[in-house]
Amino acid sequence: MKKLTGAILIILLYTACKFTTADQPKLPIFGNRDAVTKMVNGKEVTDTVYQTIPDFKFVNQYGDSITNKSLNGYVYVADFFFTTCPSICPIMHRNMLNVYKEYKSVSDFKIISHSIDPKHDSVAVLKKYADKLGIKGNSWWLLQGKKEETYQLGEKSYLVSVKEDSGTPGGYVHQGWFVLVDKQKRVRGYYDGTDEKQVTKLIGDIKILLAETNTTIAQ
Amino acid sequence: MKLTIIAVICLMLSIVIVSCQSEQELEFKRYYTSGKSIYQQKCQNCHSAKGEGLSGLIPPLNDVGYLKKNKSALACMVKYGINETIITINGKSYEGAMPATDLAPIEVAQVITYVTNSFGNKQGITTSEQVDADLQKCK
Repeated sequence: MKKLTGAILIILLYTACKFTTADQPKLPIFGNRDAVTKMVNGKEVTDTVYQTIPDFKFVNQYGDSITNKSLNGYVYVADFFFTTCPSICPIMHRNMLNVYKEYKSVSDFKIISHSIDPKHDSVAVLKKYADKLGIKGNSWWLLQGKKEETYQLGEKSYLVSVKEDSGTPGGYVHQGWFVLVDKQKRVRGYYDGTDEKQVTKLIGDIKILLAETNTTIAQ
Repeated sequence: MKLTIIAVICLMLSIVIVSCQSEQELEFKRYYTSGKSIYQQKCQNCHSAKGEGLSGLIPPLNDVGYLKKNKSALACMVKYGINETIITINGKSYEGAMPATDLAPIEVAQVITYVTNSFGNKQGITTSEQVDADLQKCK
C-alpha cells in the first residue's frame, strides 16, 4: 500500500511538472496595481486592477485623428522619437523596421511612434519621414499632438523619461525604450530599442502576447 | 667573393623593402583601428555597423563609386557636417542635415580611412596631411 501511494505521488509530481512546462510562457504585467473590492452576487470579491494607458488624442502621418480607442483590440509597440534626432532614433527605427517587417500584415498588431517635437514634426514632415523610411499603410503610425500630452503619456503611463534639454544633442532627452502594450492596454514589456538582441526578443514576445490575448478572447 | 657581396646586398635590399612595406601596413592598421572606434562612437547610430544607412532617410556608405568620386570632400563633411543639402547616391536622393563633429584632423583621417576601406570600399589610407589640405578647401 505504501509503495502504491509512493508511486502515485511520483506520478502526480511528474505530471505537475510536465503541465507547467507545457504552459505558454507568460509576460509580466507592469505598472501600479490596485486591489478593488466589489460586491458580486452578494459576495465580496477582491480583484486586481492594473494600470492601463489612459485616453489620448493625436494625429497620425495621414492627418487622421488617433485616440486610445483607435488601438482597441490591438497589441502594440510604442516608442518616442523626433525626425531630426541625431542620436539614438536612427538605430531605434532601423530595429523597429525589423518588427514592422515581421508583423505588418498581422491584423491585430500596430506600432505607434510618438514625436516629442511636434513643433517641427508636422503631419507633412511625418508623412515624408514615413515615405523615406519605407513604411506604408496603417500598421505603423507616427503620431504628433500637444507636447505636454505626449510628455505626460510618456512619463506617467509608459513610464519612460521624455523631456526637453538644450544641453543634449538635438535638444531632447529621451530613452530608446520600445514599450509593448496588450489588448487590455496594460504594459507588458520594455525593450531597449537600440539593442538588436532585445528587439529580437520583442519580436518573439509579440507572438506570445498575440497568442495569449487570442486564447483569452476564445474562452 | 663577388657573389657573396651581391647576395648580401640583395638580402639587405629585400629586408629594407619588406620592413618599409610593413611600416606602411602598420600605419594603415593603426589608422583603420582608431577610425573604427571613432566610427562606432560618432557615425554608427545613423549609418549602421554595416554602413547601410537607413532606408531613404540616411545615406549608405557602401556606394564605392560615390566615396571614390568625392574623396577629397569627405573631410569637410565629417568635420563640418552637411546642412540640408540633397545628396544623390546611386540614383537615390537623400536630404537633411548631418551634424558637425569636434574631431581633430588626425581623427578625421582615421575615420575616413576606416570608412573608405570598409563596406566594400578599398581606397587605402587617408593621411592627416591630406585631411589638412582638404580642410583648407571647405566651402
